[in-house]
Amino acid sequence: MRDVARNLLWPFAAVAILMAFNALRDPAFLHLRLVDGRLTGAMIDVLNQGAPVMLLALGMSLVIGTGGIDLSVGAIMAVAGAAAAAMLHSGASSASAVGAALAVGAAAGLWNGSLVALLGIPPIVATLIFMVAGRGVAQLITDGEIITIAPDAAILAIGRGSLFGVPLPVLTALSAAGALAALARLTSLGLFIEGVGGNEEASRYAGLSVRSIRIAAYSIMGLLAALAGLIDAADIAAADANNCGLYLELDAILAVVIGGTALTGGRFSIAGSLLGAVLIQTLSTTILRADFGGRSVPVELNLIIKAAVVLALCLVQSGEWRRLCRPIRSAAA
Amino acid sequence: MADALVEMRGIVKTYPGVVALDGVDFTLGAGEIHALVGENGAGKSTLIRILTGAEQPDRGRIRLSGREIRPRRPAEAQRLGVAAVYQEINLAPDLSIAENLLLGREPRAPLGWIRWGEMRRRARRILGDMGLEAEVATPLRHCSIAVRQMIAVARAVDQKAKVLVLDEPTSSLDAAETSRLFDLMRRLRGLGLGILFITHFLEQVYAVSDRITILRGGRRVGSHAARDLSRLALVSAMLGKAAPEAAAARPRTRPVDSGAPARLVARRVFRRRVVQPFDLTLRSGEVLGFAGLLGSGRTEIARLLFGVDARDGGTLSVNGKTVQHHSPRRAIRCGMALAPEDRRAAGLVPHLSVRDNILLALHASRGWLRRLPRRRQHALAERFVRSLSIATPDLSRPVAQLSGGNQQKVILARWLLMEPTILLLDEPTRGIDIGAKDQIESLVGDLRARGMAIIFISGELEEVARVSDRVLVLRDRSVAGELAGADLRLSSIMERIAGSGGGDGGA
Repeated sequence: MRDVARNLLWPFAAVAILMAFNALRDPAFLHLRLVDGRLTGAMIDVLNQGAPVMLLALGMSLVIGTGGIDLSVGAIMAVAGAAAAAMLHSGASSASAVGAALAVGAAAGLWNGSLVALLGIPPIVATLIFMVAGRGVAQLITDGEIITIAPDAAILAIGRGSLFGVPLPVLTALSAAGALAALARLTSLGLFIEGVGGNEEASRYAGLSVRSIRIAAYSIMGLLAALAGLIDAADIAAADANNCGLYLELDAILAVVIGGTALTGGRFSIAGSLLGAVLIQTLSTTILRADFGGRSVPVELNLIIKAAVVLALCLVQSGEWRRLCRPIRSAAA
Repeated sequence: MADALVEMRGIVKTYPGVVALDGVDFTLGAGEIHALVGENGAGKSTLIRILTGAEQPDRGRIRLSGREIRPRRPAEAQRLGVAAVYQEINLAPDLSIAENLLLGREPRAPLGWIRWGEMRRRARRILGDMGLEAEVATPLRHCSIAVRQMIAVARAVDQKAKVLVLDEPTSSLDAAETSRLFDLMRRLRGLGLGILFITHFLEQVYAVSDRITILRGGRRVGSHAARDLSRLALVSAMLGKAAPEAAAARPRTRPVDSGAPARLVARRVFRRRVVQPFDLTLRSGEVLGFAGLLGSGRTEIARLLFGVDARDGGTLSVNGKTVQHHSPRRAIRCGMALAPEDRRAAGLVPHLSVRDNILLALHASRGWLRRLPRRRQHALAERFVRSLSIATPDLSRPVAQLSGGNQQKVILARWLLMEPTILLLDEPTRGIDIGAKDQIESLVGDLRARGMAIIFISGELEEVARVSDRVLVLRDRSVAGELAGADLRLSSIMERIAGSGGGDGGA
């Protein structure tokens, strides 16, 4: 527990600093208001826009916990969104469209997991296959066009609706986090994932079914990515096979790393990954809102600033870097 | 020896906390195949690493053809004429045989182009000189390990090697491949090379070597012409025990009850290149020991029985049921447990807690949904920590922080709480202190008394003889005999391990 708390300290501090920075520039940043029974405010926007990455980061922490990685989550989002939109387009109900999207996501995860667990393909290669092929599949489904969703479709609530004043994407991400935390703590799945990631050979000797555990992790990941894809499609009321979830796999991996989960596997932290995702979104929002002498930050700079902050966070968490800094610090003292 | 090719004198090498070599002398003659033997930790690897420049000695001198050398890197040693072929062969699998043979020395045309035709011709000549037959354009990936090994040897020889170090070259070869390699070695001996040969297989030591040097605990215990050294004397020297010819038979505490139910029966079980077909019957309430040198197949048999490796043939029945597709998961379900030889690689999940490591197999057998309540987990782990007196400040401590003996006890606890009917212990006392060792030995006695069927594997022969009711002696990947009752003595075990040239075996 102490480990987790220490790992969460820096990302937590970074989020707090960013919030303070925003609040100082514009006190309205912290304001929360109820408009038409719905909470609004910049901080709610951060959570709302960050929901897809939060979902991805949650699943990614399980996959990374087994010692793997999933590069295909952005593509799974696109396929899931395309599947839902295509279903609606052909007259299906919103419920069945959601069901289809989730099924497609789980199937994609199953595929990834099988390549890794049954065929022994390295995770980075196995999921790269779907990362590329998945977008192709999505384009096939949408015929290469952007399928729009009718403005009165019930499915749009997933991206735009709210419950008790809280936007549904935020609720979805938080419930998924709660469900995963329960899965990890109330069942043995968390232990099995850490066992497989920590020492696959020993886990096999202890009678764990290493293959099923791997497949389960990728399948859960696929399901969560499909959920993220639904939120994205419902938010913009369209399925865009080319741009839905583009590069989000990288944000998700970053979120997990920022949250203190080692890429070497054997450990994961649900809370950490959630916090990491929030940090990434806070950072993006901060950069977008910041302006220098009336001009907003150009997009190119946005990415560079983001990279710098992420690098800084990774450095403070790296044991090697701390060791490197120690002689400097003691020399300064 | 008139023309000593390599002379190593007073070689000392220490690592933090260990003296790996303590003043070792070693002499290799030209035109000689010299076997270097010793158990784990004897210092064989360190000695060859020093000879091949991978390590520098703390003290001592090395002379090559009378000239003092101090290789700082393997490449430097190679230039001087000392080449090594290691177990993991350092070749490029995607290049052809010819490219591998001449890597870095390709024949060049004036513009720096490689002259492929010339390269193939040269490669063919090299192979011809060695008496090897292979198509030089074949990618190495498609060659057997034996051929790769011989290519590596051929390359070394073609680079004007005078001394060839072969570190366990036969460990993954079958009998035919091994004899081809031996032919090549004899051929090279005829060309005047000095060959230093490391193997765990005694048969091979005698099949091909002219001289044998024995290391034990970082010292040289002897250096003899192969024909003057009996197998029994060799085994005694390796293990550091005078062959106790007259040792009295130790009375068995209990006679083996041949009416007790058979827990584990193996018939003609084998795995190609790993274990020759063997038979085995393990009964309730007995301890069956496996005795043999390193690499004799003792760990490999345990892995086959537990389903870690698949068998290539033979039948196996566990508690009366025939087992087809075997895996650790199934073995556990049938009531088996294996505490593996390599705790770090196959036993512990290092950064999981002591509690999670103890409960790992139980959790695995219950499946992910039926998690034990936290309090019950704690109580179970606590009980075994206490009964095995595992020294840990608390149950949530990462197991990696425990000492070796306590780690071993964590693994024992993991299996004992599963209440297996068949327990396989592979080197349960290796690398742990005397106190923990005694505890584990007496624990084995208690478990036997309670009717458990136990296989006890140890490189320490006295321990095997002390703990076991019956002993299977393993030699060169096959079962060389079984000893029980009055025959079960250290001396008879050693004779069986030594095999044919070892005097009259058994009692």
